Amino acid sequence: MTSARDITRAVNPPRAAFLDFPLGHTTGKPHAPDLQRRILVEALSSFKTLTVPGSMKELPFLWSEDEEWKAKAFAEGDDRAPRHDTPQFQDGEDLRRAEVGGSPSLPFC
Amino acid sequence: MEPVDYIPRIRDNYARLGYKAYNWVVNRDIAPWAPLRKPLSQCRLGLAASGGIYVAGQVAFHYKDDTSHREIPTYVDAKVLRATHFAYDLSDARTDPNVVFPIDTLRRLVREGFLGGLADRFYTFMGGIYSSRRVTEDLAPRLTARFLEDGVDAVLLVPV
Repeated sequence: MTSARDITRAVNPPRAAFLDFPLGHTTGKPHAPDLQRRILVEALSSFKTLTVPGSMKELPFLWSEDEEWKAKAFAEGDDRAPRHDTPQFQDGEDLRRAEVGGSPSLPFC
Repeated sequence: MEPVDYIPRIRDNYARLGYKAYNWVVNRDIAPWAPLRKPLSQCRLGLAASGGIYVAGQVAFHYKDDTSHREIPTYVDAKVLRATHFAYDLSDARTDPNVVFPIDTLRRLVREGFLGGLADRFYTFMGGIYSSRRVTEDLAPRLTARFLEDGVDAVLLVPV
């Protein structure tokens, strides 16, 4: 899957399915399970329908009619967080749970 | 409207900010090809996602060329999934991780018979690794070995 068509064309994976949504939504809109399902059905079908290495299927979904988001994406400034080299937990409770040993059934490598 | 061309846009934006140009990966060879030899309804699917998803209780990712991965059991309740990343807006991934880690969607497709099944575990990592060498030499072969061990027929890659 990809939401960055030019970056994926450069990487040139065997098969790709392009969803023209803002970054951070590669497999759909939040809380829209039926749309998420249709997106994945279309994307996974390309395992069968794409037969030429490097092909990309453009998925038939629009984020919004006006597509205003496209003007803003990475256009100016830098919204990224600093590149800290220590674990960046979503919240403090996660940090506490990981500190007490987390879950032995959930190893990380 | 045409898709966003991220490579020139990011290059121009960061040049204005005085950042060094990023070396995008460009693969000019014909992509390696393995046909899917079974119908999807008989395939066991694996998944690797770069959106920084972890399970509450696991150590979170960091933001500086973190090449580690996390194993996510595919029976996981989506409510205990967390998201961390320095380069994309996390607000939607934190209320519905299925936007970058489609666990509920894939389980539904198995229930419906569209897919044969899922691997026992999926893999997540932290995108925005600026060293493509570390991905090629460390992360990618490590995950490939896991997928072979897990006996998957196909792998869905979900970058952010």
